[in-house]
Formats: sequence, structure tokens, C-alpha cells
Amino acid sequence: MDIWNDTIYNYGRLTMTFKYNNVYINNMATVAGPYEKKGPLSSFFDKSYNDLYNGAKTWEQAESKLLEESVDILLKKADMTKENIDLLIAGDLLNQITSSSYGLQKYNLPFLGIYGACSTSVEGMIIASNFIEAKQVKKCITSVSSHNMSSEKQFRNPTEYGAPKPKTATFTSTGGASVLVSDDKSKIKVESATIGKITDMGITDPFNMGAVMAPAAADTIYRHLKDTNRTPDYYDLILTGDLGMYGKEILIDYMHQEYNLDISKNYDDCGTMLYNLNEQKEVMAGGSGPVCSALVNYSYIFKKIQEGNLKRVLIVATGALFSPTLVYQKQNILSTAHAVSLEMVK
Amino acid sequence: MRLKDYNEIVKKHMPTEHRIRNGIIAFVSGGLVGIIGQGLIDIYSYFLSIPAQDASIFATVTLVFVASLFTALGFFDKWVTICKCGLIIPITGFAHSMTSAGIEYKTEGPIFGLGSNIFKLAGSVILYGVVSAWIFGMIRFIIMGG
Repeated sequence: MDIWNDTIYNYGRLTMTFKYNNVYINNMATVAGPYEKKGPLSSFFDKSYNDLYNGAKTWEQAESKLLEESVDILLKKADMTKENIDLLIAGDLLNQITSSSYGLQKYNLPFLGIYGACSTSVEGMIIASNFIEAKQVKKCITSVSSHNMSSEKQFRNPTEYGAPKPKTATFTSTGGASVLVSDDKSKIKVESATIGKITDMGITDPFNMGAVMAPAAADTIYRHLKDTNRTPDYYDLILTGDLGMYGKEILIDYMHQEYNLDISKNYDDCGTMLYNLNEQKEVMAGGSGPVCSALVNYSYIFKKIQEGNLKRVLIVATGALFSPTLVYQKQNILSTAHAVSLEMVK
Repeated sequence: MRLKDYNEIVKKHMPTEHRIRNGIIAFVSGGLVGIIGQGLIDIYSYFLSIPAQDASIFATVTLVFVASLFTALGFFDKWVTICKCGLIIPITGFAHSMTSAGIEYKTEGPIFGLGSNIFKLAGSVILYGVVSAWIFGMIRFIIMGG
């Protein structure tokens, strides 16, 4: 049975994988923090800061500013004004996703705030793509941000405390990133997307998010491949969000044992690509946070697709739906992962 | 897959922590803080001609002040990351936990920020310190009569 059969697609009940015919990524912008600037992708960012405050007074305000700046840069790159944009979709890690609302307030545009932890970037892209495919929206900007210090403050200890962490811990990335999604033809086509489920594999260790999120990524990758009737080698690259170096190993192993799928040949993880893991020891197992995968994808990966070096890419943004309160109440850490398939347009 | 099997996979890819090395670092750095403390007691009692008991209070105050100052200057957290519990367990860790929380929450104002959050980390130490002091005080009072 052809899964792309219009009937199934229209009823949409059998699968949560959508195919898009008319959705493109027109432009993208990235603003990064000092740790990311020291990483290997530094030259791909539109702007980066040496200071974690980037001119703001507090960590939270610094984060909103990063998000705001990424939208400013995006509009400039796309040669547009805010009047051209129909909808803003954004999310971040802070309580009540305040970086997004405070960062986007000045644009005075319709706004949807979303939360998917570190899977937010792809969640935003899926929502935008569905609106555009349905012709309800013409041009949509979807943004994410995170800030190492504001996250440390909210989720862990005061930033000056510097408590020792185990090797499996990941490091929240600092930055803001935005993409412009529309039905105007461009070199990057959003081909399809799969919405992730909430996964619980009984992990309670907040310092091992790779282990928390790997099963969610595996489930989404498996369902995406099954729904589209593809094999892993259909893609030039399968990219997870922020599993880190140990989570990456777990995913390869788990995919093999649980689904008998070998992804080791064309698989990588954004969390391990954003930093130079051998030199930047402070990032431990790799980057995390909503902006981690966005910084890698919107700068480096999208450029490679535009240049034709990558033709089909499956981006699987992984998010740990983590709350310190619920972890202290001895609940397992939940996770999710959303996938979007991007294709180069000839 | 059952949770147990998944846990096996997670365990297989768990990196080994250098427990012995970390222990030695903490032992040496914690010991150094102890030596500095004892040195301060000797110096104070010798130069200020005060009893050792008073000098030890002076030494404690000095260590608390220095740790707080270094936290505020922004490099004590890097030392903690290196020395680990060697700096957290002594009185320096207590001072550091309060100063770091204080710095972090001062942006939310003196009442709802600084005031309500300064004991965020140190609160447990104070509560259980007082409770255990009371318990041991009672035991001592009952058994030894005060």
C-alpha cells in the first residue's frame, strides 16, 4: 500500500507522517554565544558574541536578545520587512517560554509559542509547514533560543556554583536561530515530517539526557522510515538533535537491537558537531538545548544542502521533557523527538 | 524492548568516571584548605595573642570571606570544577553556595530575589545542621547530664 496515497494522507489517522508538496525553507539566521564561537562551525554563524551577556543586563534578557537578533538578521538576509511575515512561531527552555515572547514582542505579529524542549526547532518547522501546505499562511518565521546560563539557573544550580558534573552531562548551547518557511520555491524543500510520541524508558538521571532521548529518536526514525517505506540509506544524513557522544552510541545500538536497522553509516548528532569535544572539555558529552540542533542545521547543514553536497537529510530533533520538580518527586524523565525530511531542489 | 534491556544498553555506553583520581584531588585540595585554616589559627593566635578558640573563629571568618570574594570575582566556580568536593565540603563550599545564589538572584530584587533565594543551596545544610545539633545535644544532655 502506498503510504502517500492521497486518501490516507487526507484522513491522516493512520500515520503521523505528513508529506508536503509546496513548502520550502527560504532563508535562515543564526546568532551564537562564546562557547559556540570557539567551536568548529564558528565561520557559518551570521553573528556570534564573546560575552555571555551580549549587552543585556540579565541572562534571561540576553537570551531574548539573541532570539530577537536572529529574526532581525533573517529579515535583512531575506530582504524583507516584518509586514511580509504572516506568523511567528517560537519556543525556548525557560518557564512560560519568555525568551520567545519578550524577544518577538517588538514585531507586533501573530505569534504561536511552542514548547518541545530541545525538539522545538523541528516542532516549529512542522507546524509552519502544515500551515503553509494548507495555504493558511504564506510566510512564517520559526525561531528558537537557549542560553547556557539562564538554563543552568532554572534547571540546575546558580551559575557561579560550578558543581562538578559526570561525563554524560550535556552543555546547554547559547544562541538564537530562525528560519523563514514559505511556499516560495528555494533550494531546500521540506519534503515530509513525522510527529514524535512521548517516550519513557525509565531513566531518572538528569545528567544523562542522551540515554533519556535516544529511544524517542529511535521511535521517530523507525516510524518515519516505516510510514515512508524507506530504508536508512535513503538519506545522505540522519541527524539527531542533542544526544551527545554517549547518547549517539546508545541510539545506534538501540536501533540495531530493537528495530534491526543500521544507521551507523550515515548518522551524526548535532550536539557533538557544535563543539570541538576534544578541546572544549567544559561541554562534557556535547551540546544541548533547543538552539543546539538549530545552530548546526540552520548554518552548516542547510548550507550543504544549498550547495548540493547533501541531497536528502532527515533531521530528528530530540527533546527531554524534563522538569526538576518532577525528578525530585522521583518521576522518570520523559522525552520526545520530531523528524523533518529535507531535500535539495535541483 | 523491556526497560531492563534498555538499561543494559545505557550501562554499556556509560563512560567510567575517574573516582580514585577525583578522590585524591578532593583529598589533597580539601587538605590544603585545612592546612590554610590551621595556618591562619596559628598566625592569629601568635600575632594577635588570642586563645586558639578565638583564633579559629577568626580563621573561619577569613576563609568564608575569601571564598565569597573569589566567587564574586568569578573564578571560584572554576576551582570547584577542578577540585570538586575538596572545596565544597569545607566551610568554603558553604560560603560559595550562598554567594553564588546571591549573585544569581540579585537581578530579581532584594526581597523576592536575593532574600528568598540566598539559602537555595545552603538552606538544607542549615536546617539539618540545626536539627542534628539539637539531637546530639539532647543525647548528650540525657546521657551525660549536659
